[in-house]
Amino acid sequence: MIQTDILIIGAGPVGLFTVFEAGLLKLRCHLIDSLPQPGGQLTEIYPKKPIYDIPGYPSVLAGDLVKNLMEQIAPFKPTFTLGERAESIEKLPDNRFKLTTIKGTAIIAPVIAIAGGLGCFEPRKPPIANIVDFEDKGVEYIIKDPEFYRNKRVVIAGGGDSALDWTIFLADVAQEVTMIHRRSEFRGALDSVEKVMHLEKNGKIKVVTQAEVMGLNGNGKLQEVVIKHDKLGQIRRETDHFVPLFGLSPKLGPIGNWGLNIDKNAIEVDTLDYRTNVQGIFAIGDINTYTGKLKLILCGFHEATMMVQSAFKIVHPNKKLSFKYTTVTGIDGL
Amino acid sequence: MTVYNALNINMINITVIDRADTPHVLEVPTDMAFNLMEICKSYELPVEGTCGGMALCASCHCYLESDHLLPEPTQDEWYMLDQTLYVMDNSRLGCQIKMTDDLEGLVVRLAPEV
Repeated sequence: MIQTDILIIGAGPVGLFTVFEAGLLKLRCHLIDSLPQPGGQLTEIYPKKPIYDIPGYPSVLAGDLVKNLMEQIAPFKPTFTLGERAESIEKLPDNRFKLTTIKGTAIIAPVIAIAGGLGCFEPRKPPIANIVDFEDKGVEYIIKDPEFYRNKRVVIAGGGDSALDWTIFLADVAQEVTMIHRRSEFRGALDSVEKVMHLEKNGKIKVVTQAEVMGLNGNGKLQEVVIKHDKLGQIRRETDHFVPLFGLSPKLGPIGNWGLNIDKNAIEVDTLDYRTNVQGIFAIGDINTYTGKLKLILCGFHEATMMVQSAFKIVHPNKKLSFKYTTVTGIDGL
Repeated sequence: MTVYNALNINMINITVIDRADTPHVLEVPTDMAFNLMEICKSYELPVEGTCGGMALCASCHCYLESDHLLPEPTQDEWYMLDQTLYVMDNSRLGCQIKMTDDLEGLVVRLAPEV
């Protein structure tokens, strides 16, 4: 059981900076994120994009900003639960919250700060009617362990880098790899595209372009995919696995069922300290909404700073708090 | 409905058909560097624009239904269209369509949510 002062949901830039501001007040933080690495959308969607509106940085790559934030918060020794989605919360008799992740990890804290950004990143599922029936019975949206596919027949769908890279990797692992792509050409990294073409030429893999998987058949377990080809019509292909790789898309997820006031997928907060309608739960960064809200990292940093002041009063109801500049006390804070 | 604008300069009308098949005629300024995703959001149509317009999320995926000649998709736009679902020959990302005077009468349909 993990116990902390502030449980931060979301390890994006705002969640990470919360650790710093909380650390100045000697509050401990634990972060939880559904993605396997910190940084949120900066790491997941645009690590190589420059950001120009972080004060003091004329330009900083999103990935570098995350790296710097991790360095900035390291002295406060935050702990992390990564790759697990926050699932449910319950209020304990002592007024603390117990949060449980999708994998059953339990974390107890008197304050929850939701810095969930756009929500949880979940795989995009292709519009195949019975795909849900075959999930974990031959259909996987994420390749966790390539060894799982050793000597198996695998159909990979998608045209992006991840589809290309896994096709190349599994060519040496799986018994048979078929790659299905909707268009006739690939726009991924040139090197990967060339490798895939080379593998196909040598008969190591099969590439079916201008085609989409439209159906799945099997008896309790996936046995074949039905492919719709632009010119050849319907093609059936026997397979053990179907791995659609169409990237990740953010969804609000279970947070929507926690009794918080939600407006258009965002959590309503009071701008006094970004508290939600539930005492002890705050929402900061892109996931909150209020009159005049701007979804900017800059604003999220401000919200985090204001929020931890109120968090302190919840964690230490009988202690006084005096504000200190880091130029006076360094990062030792109080 | 076309709204008459006495100062009808730098203003066009476009039609966005939502996912319930309802057309919305939108009055759009062309001198504000708006793209189609931003216009949809400002009219509160159900377009997320998750990545903010970097062609990195496909939440503004739409289909061009009028015969306007749009600039060819950039490499970034193609790359995103390669990765998303429900892609058709007339697929575009709204965030990459800049609102210009020659798009008067543009008709687009929002792609299904993914």
